[in-house]
Amino acid sequence: MDRLIHVLARAGVRRNEWRVSPGLYRLGAPGPNSPVFVSANYKLSFDALREALEGVDCYILVLDTKGINVWCAAGKGSFSTDELVYRIERTGLADVVEHRRLIVPQLAATGVAGYEVRERSGFRVTYGPVRASDIKEFLESGKTSDKMRLVRFDLKDRAVLIPVEAKSALPIALGASTLAYLAGDPIAAAGITAASVSGFAGVPALLPWLPGEDFSIKGFFLGGGVALAASIAALRDDGASLPIRLVRAASYALLLPPIAAFASLNFTGCSTYTSPTGVRKEIDRYVRLMAGMAASGLIMNVAQRIARAAKG
Amino acid sequence: MPYCKENTLEYDPDLCNSCGVCATVCPHGVFKSDKGKGRLIAPSECMECGACAMNCATGAIKVDSDVGCASAMMLAALLGRSATTCCD
Repeated sequence: MDRLIHVLARAGVRRNEWRVSPGLYRLGAPGPNSPVFVSANYKLSFDALREALEGVDCYILVLDTKGINVWCAAGKGSFSTDELVYRIERTGLADVVEHRRLIVPQLAATGVAGYEVRERSGFRVTYGPVRASDIKEFLESGKTSDKMRLVRFDLKDRAVLIPVEAKSALPIALGASTLAYLAGDPIAAAGITAASVSGFAGVPALLPWLPGEDFSIKGFFLGGGVALAASIAALRDDGASLPIRLVRAASYALLLPPIAAFASLNFTGCSTYTSPTGVRKEIDRYVRLMAGMAASGLIMNVAQRIARAAKG
Repeated sequence: MPYCKENTLEYDPDLCNSCGVCATVCPHGVFKSDKGKGRLIAPSECMECGACAMNCATGAIKVDSDVGCASAMMLAALLGRSATTCCD
């Protein structure tokens, strides 16, 4: 059940219910010398930490990050130095524990300046591991190893993001497919949704194995596969003359790959290793090409329909 | 997985006070701590998250960090604008 809840939470279903109230929580039977962990008030972040800390007597200081996870909240400024200092004061943490040490998730470091927290609150920030599952090992050794500090982007990490992408891309793709179907083009209808799925699901799943460094190229590659299938289907349709069939096949070859490329380019925002500078350059290189290809494909498709109707 | 090698990371070792935090917070091993002193060992891995610059008390590290929402950037590219605010 918890797993299902987590899937729904990622997909953003009733997002407000995935918030934990900010404040100081006790886990087990903590005393004045027990460690203090800092967390976001996104239920998934909080649960991951709580599960990893099972059997450890400690405090969890939950910040108000508007129900957003640690890394994104830190990037957007709600998991911040100000919020941490405010929450320390608000909860009276200095009177609860005798030590002055906070264990802050490493990925919060984009929003929290450790030296400033110390100046303003007296608490020293220690950055814990990226993954909550490494916390016990971290507690035993007292520091993070190189391995604990590195962000990965494994198949599992990527797979959980696919429903998130589907939520924004699929309705648009299905809408366009429905229009194409109603317009009497079932190949385009199937192709548009297949190209979109190959971009938002196929590219994340197959990321390391697809050619190119740019996400757009990876998307063009998978979308090209979908386009190939659609083009073959168009050529085999014997209800029209060869030139018309060729134009129709070409229209799919132009229209479908950029749909996949566009969907996969959007996935850069979810990746854990693309830089905004790189994404901006990728957009500069490909977005106009994508728009041009899709527009020409659409024009060719309409043209062959007109030609077909004129002959029929 | 490699990506675009270009980024806006700048590091001035002369300003470094050898606290070692840059190596601790970087999620991609861009910095290595040499007895505290930051050494830039993999600059092309930088994803511009800004954690190092945020935690560097002496301002030795600079990087234009930004939330990389591709759709907002794309809209800007299509409309010929430069503003990039992130979707929520």
